[in-house]
Amino acid sequence: MLGLTKKDLQLMLIVTGLTMLAPFILNPFPESSGMAQFNAGYPDLMQRFVIFGIFAIGFNLLFGLTGYLSFGHAAFLGVGSYGAIWMMKLVSLNVIPAIFMGVIVAGIFSVAVGYICLRRSGIYFSILTLAIAQMSYALAYSVLTPITGGETGLQIKSTDRPLLSNLAEGETGRANLFGMDMRQSFELSIGDWLFTFNVGYYIAAVVMLIAFYVSIRIFRSPFGLMLRAIKSNQTRMSYTGLNPRPHTLAAFVISGMYAGLAGGLLVAMDTQVGPERMFWTASGEVVLMTILGGVGTLIGPVLGAGVIKYMENILSKINKDVLHEWFAFMPDGLEDFIVFLVYPFIGKGWHLTLGILFMLVVIFLPGGLVEGGQRIGKWIKNRRTAKDTGASTEPAE
Amino acid sequence: MGILEVKDVGKRFGGLQALGDVNLSVKENTVHAIIGPNGAGKSTLLNCLVGKLIPDTGSVMFDGQSVLGRTPHEINQMGISRVFQTPEIFGDLTVMENMMIPCFAKRDGAFRMRAVEDMMREKDIVEKAEAMLEDMNMADKHHMNAASMSRGDKRRLEIGMCLAQEPRLLLLDEPTAGMARADTNNTIDLLKQISDERDITIAIIEHDMHVVFSLAQRITVLAQGTPLVEDDPENIKGHPKVREAYLGETAA
Repeated sequence: MLGLTKKDLQLMLIVTGLTMLAPFILNPFPESSGMAQFNAGYPDLMQRFVIFGIFAIGFNLLFGLTGYLSFGHAAFLGVGSYGAIWMMKLVSLNVIPAIFMGVIVAGIFSVAVGYICLRRSGIYFSILTLAIAQMSYALAYSVLTPITGGETGLQIKSTDRPLLSNLAEGETGRANLFGMDMRQSFELSIGDWLFTFNVGYYIAAVVMLIAFYVSIRIFRSPFGLMLRAIKSNQTRMSYTGLNPRPHTLAAFVISGMYAGLAGGLLVAMDTQVGPERMFWTASGEVVLMTILGGVGTLIGPVLGAGVIKYMENILSKINKDVLHEWFAFMPDGLEDFIVFLVYPFIGKGWHLTLGILFMLVVIFLPGGLVEGGQRIGKWIKNRRTAKDTGASTEPAE
Repeated sequence: MGILEVKDVGKRFGGLQALGDVNLSVKENTVHAIIGPNGAGKSTLLNCLVGKLIPDTGSVMFDGQSVLGRTPHEINQMGISRVFQTPEIFGDLTVMENMMIPCFAKRDGAFRMRAVEDMMREKDIVEKAEAMLEDMNMADKHHMNAASMSRGDKRRLEIGMCLAQEPRLLLLDEPTAGMARADTNNTIDLLKQISDERDITIAIIEHDMHVVFSLAQRITVLAQGTPLVEDDPENIKGHPKVREAYLGETAA
């Protein structure tokens, strides 16, 4: 079905199920329990999960397949965001043209960047992309202020009058999809649980599913094979009559367009952009997401994006008081000591936890979280077969 | 007029004259060996033929067209395939995927964007790759990771990948270097079979005299960047100049 093999279709269905049921899955704890702060099922965070999932999927199409490590991918995300918000400010508050514009602008920008940077490979390519992204950031911050709003960035203001809208005098426009406000939510309360179904999230989730599907198709296509060939052996590639340059450029542009799509969606969900979106740490984040989840795997980048965004938003909200509450059952001296030990890893120190997790994954699971999952799966399978054949494998005494 | 005509090719690296006025003519559908002691310029010459190096002087014509100034993939698309001294294959991919890539390159050219088709549903490619693996006696290794095979198998795969492109000229750079005797003999048999069964010209650079004299129909001897002699194998063996420059007393 859908031109996928059975295995890929299974994966697609699992991802579809997870994203559609995310408001339930991410809110496992009752509202009044102490664990409620680990609930991630609120619209703002769920939107970030899927949007950064798209960003990482696109990044993986370049890095995972061709092995070219771009360290400036946030530039495309930022450029896409600027394109999208101008579309909203000037033309229409409907999110579809805005997202479309984000993709187009990021695509054009990535053709130019790719044309320059792909003259080099390896570390030089990474440095070139980093340099261009930092230049874009600096320009957006200073010289290009008339277009980018400089430090304050761009928002939709009450003075904005998009061509295709009929706003009342002084009314601030809101992003919508054919009249449906992105912030509109439907809340479902069952017992002590509260589930939020947000329009914006579901739009972003559907876009992510499409993006994920396209990435599966690219992975399995002749083009995807050529990209893996580039990663494996460029010499053999050239001497097999294939020109690596247009292949890598095409992968780079597709990847840039994915970033633009993510940027456009960010604007559609929350109508503002600032230059910090293009800062190099944002580029680094998507590298982390992809490596953490599993480079070159289909689902890995989405997982990585989820883990990092979860930590960034949930772990960072735990503070000292919460810790004291948790360990209140201990004797005072011990309680203080444990809090002292744990404190550096939470709140603003969440980066430390992320760093340790990242190191552990890179050292012990070079294939990322996906490899971890595969190993657990294999271990369970082995144990089961060992149990079934247990009698026969006993040494004959 | 041969399929490959090398005229007055010279190449200098700084103070070293690697090649000086090399003239070479490879006739169609023959096996032509280029031999010579270390540093004779054999590899430099080969690199000039495939676009890796551009000679300072002279011309290289393949089938009436100049190859000079073309990139390696363009020269390959003209019909020249190259086998490397250490097998260059796609180590991260499976044997089947390795074989499919040259099939795509032959059908679709240097670049064609086919990003939504399923590669395993490209029937003509799959069938051709499978037949080629069958020819190379590798049908049982389909799903194996190419990097995990033995040296001899990698060599066979590389030759198979080159043949899948149906080249008119196959260039081999010391195809048996570092191989065990049994693997060497297998490679000789394979190359013999290829030159007998296919409409193909083979040019081979080789150190191993056993390989050279089992395969070659014509031999060029290079020494210090210039061709000493070009002749049939029987005459080469006894040629005094060659003996002096290369073969030494053992072949006498």
